[in-house]
Amino acid sequence: MNKDILSESEEDSKTWNTVIKPKGSLFEIDFKEIWRYRDLLEMFVKRDIITQYKQTILGPTWFFVQPIMTTIMYMIVFGGIAGIKTGTVPQALFYLAGIAMWNYFSDCLNKISNTFAANEGIFGKVYFPRLIVPLSVVTSNLVRFAIQLSLFILVYLFFVFFKGAHVEPNVYVLLLPILIIMMAGIALGFGILVSSMTTKYRDLTVLFSFLVQLWMYATPIIYPLSTMSAKKQWIMALNPLTSIVETFKYGTLGEGVFSWWQLGYSFGFMVILLFVGILIFNRVQRSFMDTV
Amino acid sequence: MSTAIKFENISKQYRLGLVSTGTIRHDLNRWWQINIRGKEDPYLKIGEENDRAHKGESEYVWALKDIDFEVEQGEVLGIIGKNGAGKSTLLKMLSKVTSPTTGTISAKGRIASLLEVGTGFHPEMTGRENIYMNGSIMGMRKSEITSKLDEIVDFAGVERYLDTPVKRYSSGMTVRLGFAIAAHLDPEILVVDEVLAVGDAEFQKKAIGKMQDVSKEQGRTVLFVSHNMGNIVTLCNKGIILSNGKMIFNGSIDKAVDLYISEGNQSSEYIGNNIHQSCFFKKIYFSNAKGNNVSVFDYKESVMINFEIKINQLVNDGTLSFTLIDSKLRPLFTSHQKLKIFDGRMTAIIPAEFLLPGTYFVRSVMHVPNQCFLDTCNNDISFSIEDTGNQYTIYNRADLGIINANIQWKE
Repeated sequence: MNKDILSESEEDSKTWNTVIKPKGSLFEIDFKEIWRYRDLLEMFVKRDIITQYKQTILGPTWFFVQPIMTTIMYMIVFGGIAGIKTGTVPQALFYLAGIAMWNYFSDCLNKISNTFAANEGIFGKVYFPRLIVPLSVVTSNLVRFAIQLSLFILVYLFFVFFKGAHVEPNVYVLLLPILIIMMAGIALGFGILVSSMTTKYRDLTVLFSFLVQLWMYATPIIYPLSTMSAKKQWIMALNPLTSIVETFKYGTLGEGVFSWWQLGYSFGFMVILLFVGILIFNRVQRSFMDTV
Repeated sequence: MSTAIKFENISKQYRLGLVSTGTIRHDLNRWWQINIRGKEDPYLKIGEENDRAHKGESEYVWALKDIDFEVEQGEVLGIIGKNGAGKSTLLKMLSKVTSPTTGTISAKGRIASLLEVGTGFHPEMTGRENIYMNGSIMGMRKSEITSKLDEIVDFAGVERYLDTPVKRYSSGMTVRLGFAIAAHLDPEILVVDEVLAVGDAEFQKKAIGKMQDVSKEQGRTVLFVSHNMGNIVTLCNKGIILSNGKMIFNGSIDKAVDLYISEGNQSSEYIGNNIHQSCFFKKIYFSNAKGNNVSVFDYKESVMINFEIKINQLVNDGTLSFTLIDSKLRPLFTSHQKLKIFDGRMTAIIPAEFLLPGTYFVRSVMHVPNQCFLDTCNNDISFSIEDTGNQYTIYNRADLGIINANIQWKE
């Protein structure tokens, strides 16, 4: 008799498909659930793209204006006043390449690091895997990146055909998709880490916002890595973005430092960062509504 | 019938006050106690009962404490309680927005929660885009939404505005659209929190009807939180009452509503002191024919409602009105009288054998009809009529209505 009841309740417990508990184990991440919500990812991306430039006259043209203005400014300040050499490559091309890469990274990072605070309203009302939001940021920013990349290509072609600029594109340009994935991965991993840590202690937000600004100067965006001494190059390479930006410049312009080792280091860095980031993010998403 | 949701030993602790340097000290201490010394969380012991009105000793309160109940499949459960009793916290845990401090909630099937309709609506996007947006936030697949698009649009009545940005919608339309999406989600469990407060009467009726369909015809489980006892009674068949984070009743909805109303804040006397008004209620109370101050009456007794008022300044057409309300919070009738005296008592007499046994409320106001309120009594006061035997007692508490009407029969 007792046995019957026991087996019945055992069977019963198997059918519970939603179980809500205080705190699960650290490694309890439901990737299947994220996959199930892939349509939501698509909707978020669509929303970001549709709404970003609604009710503006120039619309997506703004995607062009910003990098052009930045490039001109860099040419005046860094190229002109500071006199930083860009090797054999025309300044405009050199800066544009760096700006396109950096913009994608910093846009993703800034937006993701704000995930919890910016979505407080919606997170407080309905449950869905929170990781969808940072994933959608990485994806929707690709559109902007593609536009800036096409601007880079246009300027590139202009310089090659009309100015006879000396650029040496090579086979490493084919690494671009991997470079983008690495950029996205580092921005994602770092962003969710920061957003998890800032839910309770907002101090970090202040610290973080100028850290990102400084980070750009620690990455070879406005100067070529090759002008540095070997020792300095080695220190620079600790920054996981260095090899990504350098590989991109090397592949497209023939100007830069390329090393499989450094690229491999950046890749490893990304994998570990993503792993730690997802673990902590997953932990925080369960209780963040109580602390925000 | 099988169990659809099981709440086991659910508690939720919140920390009051601001996040400050104190928080980091508590966090470090907690981490030290649990991970290094292997003890229990020191702050779980010191939580206090969640009583807003009294200042407590501790920074930690239990928003919910030891909640244990089960909901059968197809049941419509009403969750009743005053503001701050823990109703919303309970629903938030069920919809996974926040996690419990202790205990487990197990549920069978997809849970759709309507803690707020139109979650994730983006004002710049069109109605159609928002249907897809909101639907996928609630876990629907794109193909599912497409197959139900027509039904949703039809139910919400927004066909003409389907390709208009939602920012141009009226608030009623937004709510209708939001509810329509959630109602067509086909969840096994639907969680609804007071969303019906907005929207016009016609839509409220439609929404309640839809919720009844969902539970009765499709055998889904519904959890419903509302302050409107009328809606709760029409919709639910089971009820639980929460009070200061504890569950004090679990049973049939009629008993739950009766208990809530009789044990709630309802008093049988009102004492007012709005002395700055041109006229005000000093006291409102009940008495029987003998002049005794009581609030429980025999069916065969008449009920006197006494209004002690004071008029500082005579107002033209000043009127005293009261509305009698039944235990399901339906207004039964209103009676009024011109203000004539300056300082004294007005008495309204409800005749004997007119109201059937039950609990009733009196809502009183002094006003100039259609112009302004002079004084309102902010608490409804209640009295009850005991069943001491009448010609309907033989029907054994069937719901026969409220009033013993004086009907003439001819043969």
